[in-house]
Amino acid sequence: MIGKEQMGLLKQTQDTWEADVEKRGVKERKEQFFTRSKIPVKRVYTPLDLEEAGFDYLKDLNFPGEYPYTRGIEPGMYRENLWLIGQYGGFGSPEETNRRFKYLLSKGITAFTLALDLPTQMGYGSDEPMAEGEVGKTGVAVNSLRDMEIIFGDIPLDSVRLIGTLANAIGPMALSWFMALAEQQKVPPTAFIGFLQNDILKEYVARGAYFLPVPSGLKLSIDVLEHCARNFPNWLPLMVCGYHFRDAGGTAMQELAFTVADALAYIEEMIKRGFRPDDFVHQFQFHFSAHLDLFEESAKFRAFRRIWARVMSERYGSRDPKTLKAKIHLYTAGSTLTAQQPMNNIVRITVAALSAILGGVQFPYLSSMDESFQTPSEEAAQLAIRTQQILAHEVGITDTVDPLGGSYYVEALTNRLEEGVWEYLKKIDSMGGAVKAIEQGFYQSEIAAASYQLQREIERKERIVVGVNEFKVKEEIKLTPLKYDPDAEQKVVARLQSFRKERNNPAVGRALDEVRRAAEANQNVVPSVFEAVKLYATVGEISQVMRDVYGEYVAGKTYF
Amino acid sequence: MNRRIRILIAKPGLDGHDRGAKIVARALSEAGMEVIYTGLHQTPERVVSAAVQESVDGIGLSILSGAHMTLIPKVLKLLKDKNSDDIFVFAGGIIPANDILKLKEMGVAEIFTPGAETTDIIDFVHRTVAREIRQ
Repeated sequence: MIGKEQMGLLKQTQDTWEADVEKRGVKERKEQFFTRSKIPVKRVYTPLDLEEAGFDYLKDLNFPGEYPYTRGIEPGMYRENLWLIGQYGGFGSPEETNRRFKYLLSKGITAFTLALDLPTQMGYGSDEPMAEGEVGKTGVAVNSLRDMEIIFGDIPLDSVRLIGTLANAIGPMALSWFMALAEQQKVPPTAFIGFLQNDILKEYVARGAYFLPVPSGLKLSIDVLEHCARNFPNWLPLMVCGYHFRDAGGTAMQELAFTVADALAYIEEMIKRGFRPDDFVHQFQFHFSAHLDLFEESAKFRAFRRIWARVMSERYGSRDPKTLKAKIHLYTAGSTLTAQQPMNNIVRITVAALSAILGGVQFPYLSSMDESFQTPSEEAAQLAIRTQQILAHEVGITDTVDPLGGSYYVEALTNRLEEGVWEYLKKIDSMGGAVKAIEQGFYQSEIAAASYQLQREIERKERIVVGVNEFKVKEEIKLTPLKYDPDAEQKVVARLQSFRKERNNPAVGRALDEVRRAAEANQNVVPSVFEAVKLYATVGEISQVMRDVYGEYVAGKTYF
Repeated sequence: MNRRIRILIAKPGLDGHDRGAKIVARALSEAGMEVIYTGLHQTPERVVSAAVQESVDGIGLSILSGAHMTLIPKVLKLLKDKNSDDIFVFAGGIIPANDILKLKEMGVAEIFTPGAETTDIIDFVHRTVAREIRQ
């Protein structure tokens, strides 16, 4: 640490230097520089920037694996274990998805996330009118447990370390699929980690996979949390997401702040059910994006760990490291990719992944370079895995913990992001918490404003996007959103309809009545949904019960 | 002819990504147009009845899920059924070149793909409305 006297000398020297630079008329490219999230960036950072923020090494950084975990949640980080290499997959039919998963397994991945189509995610059967044209797109259609049996055919659940799906509005159904598969395969639930996204709150702000009113949607998410807290303490039933706020055009600061606020809303609901945060918060994961502003992004992950540790300790008095340590799941931001000159995306993905690894995340997922215009090809999927392997083994960034720690710039950004998040949290608290802020459209209007501003900057060329607004080439832009069998939808529908005749329908009816009874009595619906799922009740049928009981979400004013 | 141009921006289908739709809505409204945004998860029926009820000049459809070949033709057909095909339709999203050709043949006035600038979209709306008034 620099003493007071030296600090004074430094200030004097820096002032002289700045004045000299001005005097010499050094012409810079822009009048003002900003990070991607509009944090002003100075010409140079020095120990003075840390001094001004009252920086205290032990209080603000400390050692890896020690509170407030700024430098990482484990003492050795990637020196102990490299991250799990995972891939988001699933498209078309359950059979195709099964083949894809086996292919990915053979490439050495140890985690996968099953992508579901939109009707499934929103509780519609493949044969309902709202599903028309959407079946099997963006993911696989899962109508019932039968489809899951096909998807995971010949794939023992314990051969994959981490396995799950993004179910947000249909958490109890998705949880029941994995419970039922484990039961059928006789794999104990402790032999693998089942994970769900199950973060309904962000759906009302970005992404939009909801169907129930906000409080009822939240209730289903909490039912899943409660069931897992009681029965599967090693599973990860909630991934609180910031990614989608960012991909919707928000800033890094908004991404952090809204994620923390949403997580607090889930915690408050669990407390109402009689839990203490230390009983279940270790089952949370956080899902962020990795964007292109290398240093701001690394600072973002560092800031988040510190904010999380502080909020859990200061608000809830937790001293349990499992509660205080934020596990970060990460996807390189899809919105940074361009359809123009798509090979350029390889570089973007690499830089985004680099920011995440320098930021000490646990589970990085990399986009495929072609996902801006098609469902990833096998070649592109392999490249995404190889990119991670190169970063892990060839470039030396995994050999020391938090290599950016102590960079004046990165620490200043980390401080600034944290400060901005506290300001946002204060505002959200004063509105009555996340649910109220979302219902009043606060998140939505903040994100829309940031998104519009970014678009203006791009159109005015204040921000260059290579190949899009500058450095363009004459090219035929290839946009093939999804390669799929044109008859796939009909096949899924036909299969669903014939399958409905084969199962024990009276038993399904009785099981659905039980779900209705539990929902009406405001009990946890997971046990009754599990029974219905095992009898092959469909997602559409179970969701219809929920709609009957709770009604449907009607968006209020739309913000743009 | 000083009536403000009225545009309905709509998200038909289940796709919930409306960053682009909101940017276009705001850009058109800052360009002086009256803009109504439907919000997410609209059926083609609801889109068309909102367009007719609000007597808009044009409908902008935003679809990123890949369901455009189902949803856009439906909107066109419903407009025809309601004798409202004087309302022009434009679209934005991840729509491949082949589909763009087909959709334009069916009567879609213009399709904007990723990277399109709002100024182009504003110009397009002005041009299209001016042409319709001349006719």
